[in-house]
Amino acid sequence: MLRFVLRRLLLVIPSLAGLLVMTFFLIRVVPADPAAALAGENATPAQVAEIRRQYGLDQPLYVQFAVYLGQVARLDFGESAYSRRPVSLDIKLRLPATLELTVTALLLATLLGIPLGTIAAVHHNRWPDTLLRILSVGGIAVAAFWFAIELQLLFAMQLDWLPLRGRMSPGLTAPPTLSGFLLIDSLLAGRLDAFRDALRHLVLPAFTLSLGGLATIMRFTRAGVLETLQKDFVTYERAQGFPPHALIWKFVLRNSVVAAITQIGLLFGSTIAGAVVVETIFDWPGIGFYTVQAILTADYKVMLAVTLLIGVIYALVNILVDVVHGLIDPRLRERG
Amino acid sequence: MLVLAKFAKDKPAVLGATIVLLIAIVAILAPLLAPYPADVSASHLLRRLKPPTWAHPFGTDNLGRDIFSRVILGARGALTIALMVVGISMLIGVPLGLVAGYYQGWASEVIMRVTDVFLAVPQLILALAIAQLMGPSLQSAMLALTLTYWPFFTRIVYAEARRLEASLFIDALQCIGARGPRILFLHILPNCISPIIVRATIGMGFTILVAAVLGFLGMGATPPDPDWGLAISESRAYLPDAWWFSTFPGLAIFLTVLGFNLLGDGLRDIVDPRLRRSR
Amino acid sequence: MSDAALLEVRNLRLSVRTDEGIAQILDHVELVLPHGHILGVVGESGCGKSTLARAVLGIVPKTATIESGEIRLEGEDMLRLSDREMTERVRGRRIGFIPQDPYLALNPVFTIGSQLLSPLRWHSPPTLRTERERRGHLVSLLRRVQIPEPEAVLERYPHQFSGGQRQRLMIAGALACGPSLVIADEPTTALDVTTQLQILKLLKSLTEEFGIGMLFVTHDFGVVAQLCDSITVMYAGQTVEAGPTREVLADPRHPYTRALLACHPDRSDGLTGIPGLVPSPLAPPTGCRFTPRCTHAVEVCSRRTPRFVSDSPGHLVSCRLADEHRKVGL
Repeated sequence: MLRFVLRRLLLVIPSLAGLLVMTFFLIRVVPADPAAALAGENATPAQVAEIRRQYGLDQPLYVQFAVYLGQVARLDFGESAYSRRPVSLDIKLRLPATLELTVTALLLATLLGIPLGTIAAVHHNRWPDTLLRILSVGGIAVAAFWFAIELQLLFAMQLDWLPLRGRMSPGLTAPPTLSGFLLIDSLLAGRLDAFRDALRHLVLPAFTLSLGGLATIMRFTRAGVLETLQKDFVTYERAQGFPPHALIWKFVLRNSVVAAITQIGLLFGSTIAGAVVVETIFDWPGIGFYTVQAILTADYKVMLAVTLLIGVIYALVNILVDVVHGLIDPRLRERG
Repeated sequence: MLVLAKFAKDKPAVLGATIVLLIAIVAILAPLLAPYPADVSASHLLRRLKPPTWAHPFGTDNLGRDIFSRVILGARGALTIALMVVGISMLIGVPLGLVAGYYQGWASEVIMRVTDVFLAVPQLILALAIAQLMGPSLQSAMLALTLTYWPFFTRIVYAEARRLEASLFIDALQCIGARGPRILFLHILPNCISPIIVRATIGMGFTILVAAVLGFLGMGATPPDPDWGLAISESRAYLPDAWWFSTFPGLAIFLTVLGFNLLGDGLRDIVDPRLRRSR
Repeated sequence: MSDAALLEVRNLRLSVRTDEGIAQILDHVELVLPHGHILGVVGESGCGKSTLARAVLGIVPKTATIESGEIRLEGEDMLRLSDREMTERVRGRRIGFIPQDPYLALNPVFTIGSQLLSPLRWHSPPTLRTERERRGHLVSLLRRVQIPEPEAVLERYPHQFSGGQRQRLMIAGALACGPSLVIADEPTTALDVTTQLQILKLLKSLTEEFGIGMLFVTHDFGVVAQLCDSITVMYAGQTVEAGPTREVLADPRHPYTRALLACHPDRSDGLTGIPGLVPSPLAPPTGCRFTPRCTHAVEVCSRRTPRFVSDSPGHLVSCRLADEHRKVGL
């Protein structure tokens, strides 16, 4: 199993190297004059020249790339023009909020998507299936930013059931940071009031963010279950008197979720991207909100760091997905 | 004919095709259909933020413009962007995929690595970054979307070309002395058409969605364009009172994307026998 | 109850809805299997043998309808039981099942133990109340079917076994809950010839040892000759001939049985076959279904369906020729 994980780690290296090259090109080569871009709109020619020298932009490209690699290795992305703090510090402070949101959203998508997809498959071509199919196509078609606003309109503004924005009510003191996940930290601190508050704040953004993933996981689970139901071993298990519920929810499902779990890995990327939009609308103090601010204020260092970060997270999640596959299907473990 | 009959039986796909057709007609005839075509740029401060009435079925916005007209006019912009982006992505992505799939070697490796890297970064973030680097405008947004969408075409065409390259009939062609480019464009490309069409259809919906996000974040269309995403962004200052301001442009996005997705799904079921069985 | 046959199928008709129309898969199927006997069901592919096996277990596809008939297991009509009763009391419990292809019939992502022990847990025979007893019982069964290291086998996954070993596992699974009937659906087709022989011997000795009756579905007369006490021949969803193995092989009465036997590599000189194809169940021929391929067919054959009647004691045939033969005899 360890060898399996190590092999997967090695396979990621080319992708990460490519990502480094691409980000370097985006920042240093695509803009006509990166020094002018870095200096900002109102800089004098002297300031631009100073920045060019200071950032080594007058050096040959390969030297610049080497310097860039060194900076990335030290996680030194410079200071954010927007917050006036080191970018790595900002990210460190904001990452847990985004992870809590995306993990909750994906968890929601998985916990709802797998059973719903299974139900659709079991009732193949009857009304529960049709209904769930329309819902799943709708879930992908809906624009998250609009859906979020409509949810705010209904549940926060009109009905006043849930908070409009933020991660925690202003009056509450946050529990001591251990995991960075407010839900976990408040439970660890025994602060049920904080837990309830954090949960209430999480509902709308997490639900909005889960929609795309929910639809995708549902579709892949449905297709997987339908395919498995055709298999000989299902006939055999029925013939041997396996009760229908155990047959479907244990023996068929485990064979069917492999494709859906692959999707969870792929979805992590799109969910984090979705967080950019959702965090902006719900004023969620995470990476997504930070990214939008950085992009709107042309804060290149932040954009660079965030792009790299997401690429790395994406790669790691895909390794995790492979490992989970190995756990589910013993044949994959041995193939390596 | 068999394909058409099969398609006609798939009700969601027919619904999707109908929606797409309707929206295409609306987009083409927009200036004729919109009751107030001048409301692209006009403003009528006396009737601002009026709820839906018979005269203004979707209400009016913060500048007193008829939202119904602007939603209709917005269809043209949305479809134009999507067609351009998907079309150009296809022109870049398809040949790259063909070449990478048919010729093995370092060029193929390089193309696929680059494709993988593009696919590893969420499209939205990459598009936002590129749009900002080039200066926010509708043109930058379209270019950014194109630069981030071509890898999807390369991926599927690559997979198809690899499959076909290994197949018997290409072997046979090589044996009778057919040349590379000829095989690529006359024999392999036609066999990739179906997955390309499916991907393009779904890509239309997807591009409209991401373009709307760019518009919403101010990285795409600029006022006074009747852009749907932009309209939702402008509406936020007037909530919860002017609910119609955000609701109708959002529904327009939803309906359009839904149409393309349903259509794409239906087409995929016809094209891909493996998925067809699961219907 | 005791004088009832182990399995008795009477006048079974089954049809399947398809896109192209209604297919008559089984039509007037008749079959009797006494306690402790092995009955071979023989026919070409597509003649309804496997569907018959599934119908007895009540696991036909959702699109299939059983239109009429009786399936009696020790006198009790299976068609009157609900799916739930079948699951709880019959499948795996009173009827064991050995599938055609052991490569495909084991769930690849569960251990052998969890797959073979599950039915024992659900059916929980009175002598096997605890998990330890159930494991012990299964291990001794695995040993009986000659699986090496039976304890360790429970923790392994299906892909770690060869085809013959997997089929042994399936046999142990079929016998686990002490059934009185085992249905084997071409259990040796997917195996190589030497393994086939071992599995057949094992099945024969096990049925004798446990006093189990077996419904053995196959297309191979050679296998039937080695293993079965009696034969039922099926053609296009109908039973055309039935009788003791020796008698049917020595004196086949139905032209189809004769043709099939003539095709067997052991008996024929060259590579012969029966001309024509099994008719589509969507549009079966009228009268006797073998008429279009029968060398003895006369005009009346395509008009009247022959009755399935006793030709000599215990030997039933449905053919015009047999009818005439009997009349002459009278």
